[in-house]
Amino acid sequence: MGIDVIAMIQQGVQGIPSAIGYDLIGKVCLSPVPTGERSEFIRLLRESDADDDLSGYVAVLSERQSFPTSAVPTVSAASFAHLAENDIVLVNSRGYVRTVVRKDSPSNSLFATDRCNSLCLMCSQPPRETDDRGKAAELIRIVSLMDPNTKELGITGGEPTLLGDGLFEVIAACRDHLPSTALHVLSNGRRFWYPSYARKLAAISHPDLMIGIPVYSDIDSLHDHIVQAKGAFDETIIGLQNLARYEVPVEIRIVIQSHTAPRLRQLASYIYRNLTFASHVAFMGLEITGFAKANLSELWIDPEDYSTDLEAAVNLLSTSGLNVSVYNHQLCRVPESLWPFCRQSISDWKNEFPPECGACEVKSGCGGFFSWNLKYPKACKIRPVSKPKLAAQ
Amino acid sequence: MKGSTFRPQDSFQTATDYRLLPFRFRRQDASVLLTNEVGEFEFVDGAQFNELVSHRLRPGATYNSLKSKHFLSDGDVRVPLALLATKVRTKRDFLSGFTRLHIFVVSLRCDHTCPYCQVSRVTQDKNRFDMSPETAMKAIDWVFCSPAPEMKIEFQGGEPTLNWPLVEQVVTVSSERAIAENRKLEFVVATNLSALDDRMLVFCQQYNIHLSTSLDGPADLHNANRPRPGRDSYERFRRNLELARTVLGHDRVSALMTTTPAALTRVKSIIDEYVSLSFDSIFLRPISPYGFAKRTGLDQSYGAETFLTFYREGLEHIIELNRRGIPFVETFAQILLRKILTPFSVGYVDLQSPAALGTGVLVYNYDGDVYASDEGRMLAEMGDRSFRLGRISDRHQDVMTSARLRLLTEKSCLEVMPGCSECAYSPYCGADPVQNWATQGDPVGHRPTSEFCSRQTGIFEYLFDVLRNGDEFTRRLFFAWASM
Repeated sequence: MGIDVIAMIQQGVQGIPSAIGYDLIGKVCLSPVPTGERSEFIRLLRESDADDDLSGYVAVLSERQSFPTSAVPTVSAASFAHLAENDIVLVNSRGYVRTVVRKDSPSNSLFATDRCNSLCLMCSQPPRETDDRGKAAELIRIVSLMDPNTKELGITGGEPTLLGDGLFEVIAACRDHLPSTALHVLSNGRRFWYPSYARKLAAISHPDLMIGIPVYSDIDSLHDHIVQAKGAFDETIIGLQNLARYEVPVEIRIVIQSHTAPRLRQLASYIYRNLTFASHVAFMGLEITGFAKANLSELWIDPEDYSTDLEAAVNLLSTSGLNVSVYNHQLCRVPESLWPFCRQSISDWKNEFPPECGACEVKSGCGGFFSWNLKYPKACKIRPVSKPKLAAQ
Repeated sequence: MKGSTFRPQDSFQTATDYRLLPFRFRRQDASVLLTNEVGEFEFVDGAQFNELVSHRLRPGATYNSLKSKHFLSDGDVRVPLALLATKVRTKRDFLSGFTRLHIFVVSLRCDHTCPYCQVSRVTQDKNRFDMSPETAMKAIDWVFCSPAPEMKIEFQGGEPTLNWPLVEQVVTVSSERAIAENRKLEFVVATNLSALDDRMLVFCQQYNIHLSTSLDGPADLHNANRPRPGRDSYERFRRNLELARTVLGHDRVSALMTTTPAALTRVKSIIDEYVSLSFDSIFLRPISPYGFAKRTGLDQSYGAETFLTFYREGLEHIIELNRRGIPFVETFAQILLRKILTPFSVGYVDLQSPAALGTGVLVYNYDGDVYASDEGRMLAEMGDRSFRLGRISDRHQDVMTSARLRLLTEKSCLEVMPGCSECAYSPYCGADPVQNWATQGDPVGHRPTSEFCSRQTGIFEYLFDVLRNGDEFTRRLFFAWASM
């Protein structure tokens, strides 16, 4: 990205609803589409747009303050400047318009549920109880509206496996409608403890599926404490084994925080010996939002205080031939030996650089910061890399 | 939600008592080495070891390491057992697929008269010591009786290039059959290179054949060890090595050496010779107690301690080479380190439990006899046919289920062999019933007087000492070797 600060892109906006009985999903269009195709589209009217025939659209979004009441479901009196052609939005009966897929973003994720059976100390999306009836159908509708040329799609939550077999219906819809889209599901893996659940997932035969599952420690009680669920470690580890048995590719995700940092080496060795089949291992910096914000004083550890252990862990796994990445870290905060493993992993809409990074020579290859981490001085110590340092490599 | 709604670490603590999972141990200096069936290891000090086995070890770093590596369990024991089961399956993968290595002794004739050679004849009498095409075709039928999806055919001798038309015939016929049966088949020719010509090399290139050759060191040592008419073994080797590398590619030719008494003081110059010929590895091998070596008493010429001194000096020299930026590997250490440091199965047939006899390797001799191992047919050349399984005209299934082969397999499981069953190194070692039989008159053997055991133990002690006390560079180098 050529700019320092990417404006936070709005995920939702509130307007005045009219004639909306239930949640509506559609693709945004900025100009009229033929009558026969309107059942997929939500027509967006800018302030200056002329009136035209609006019949047949899923809904209409209007930026005008007042809008004539009609039979077409409408949300008016809000700014929709953030929406672009073919973005997919969900409009609810209270007039809230949420963007579910941004056409131009490389990192779209479907939120399967807000519920979770764990309660991780550093959860960035704290769970809440919701009624998920109809959720699978909603996601399938979204998938059916997506561009088949989409490169990647995530499914996250909450805990997607709490949708039960509904998750499989969504994944099957991705297989059918988005066969060339890499699908990445984030799960705590606990439900795969049941071999039948892993087997059913495998039976979908999605051509490019990866399940990302966190393992926070090689010691059960430490992992259970972090996810606040006794027995979770055992369920996750056996779940991973079951997925491997049915040849579903898995990724191991490790959030580095004060509880996980001390045993990174041992965890890497445990992964190598017991989870050798992992397609990818990602060591992730802490995202200071959600519970991580509430528990920050307990969880925070400076990268400088774990960089030796991280280096050893990454070295062990990469020497062994495993595919390893370091996410959410700034290049100037990790040893240079780890640079080849650092990825620009922060989704575009929450990725920022502070002004001091302006002079840095390696900024274009750096992952930068989560926008919200920038509010915490201790989380954004940097030392811009200068040319002499690079030359010395 | 506030942080205070979260439960503290204590409330997730597992039981305070633990059970021990199966492991073996060995006292090494002041510490104790623990190993388990799947090859994980941990060093603890003597006091910690006593606490561990008397169930008094308290939670802490050592406790967690032992738990992480499945030496103890304090929770639902089904979980570590399930993981151990997966790891055992992974480690014993060499058993899946059945016989993968098939050795064809296409000729016993050779132009060399090496005193340490196991078996060869200098003669022009092709009829007596060459394999016939009929025998070779039957042997191919045997190869494809094995259900293995990936197999290797190795041509041995004598000098297999002296019966080259048969090599070509076996390669073409078995390649076609491998394609028809959708199997992967590799070929290796073990050759001294001296009779190699362009035509052979073109054929090797066409079928992607690997050459495994012998180099004993600098010219004087090599020529002394490997006499041939004209005393030009080394010169021919150099010339044909270049030729072979040009035609086949640098990495398609590998070499190994045999440690004669004359070599014992010259390990550095032997290694340097390999480096100067741009080999990237060496296999420091002791003399095997078979064939001429046995007859001439060469196998008794030095003991395990002498070999170990030679081996350690060689390994240290190789580590220094790497430290100076010259990548070079000692192959035997690499094999052992793979067993120690990786979760994977290692397909080295000379170090397995049960031994690879029949189940991992079959040898089709020039005369139509079938043996359980290369060393087994060498013994037969000395008049002892104990490891002869049958004739190529016998039915594969009858031989492979014969009482003799079952007995050999049963007698070569380290897990139940006296002196091995309790040895901490056994997860990384292997049984050699042929050598036990040849040297001790019993396939199970007697460990305290076994040269093989003394040598293995010494090498393991050295490697574990480096893993425990070695500098960072060497430990990382060992890990890199294991992972190559």
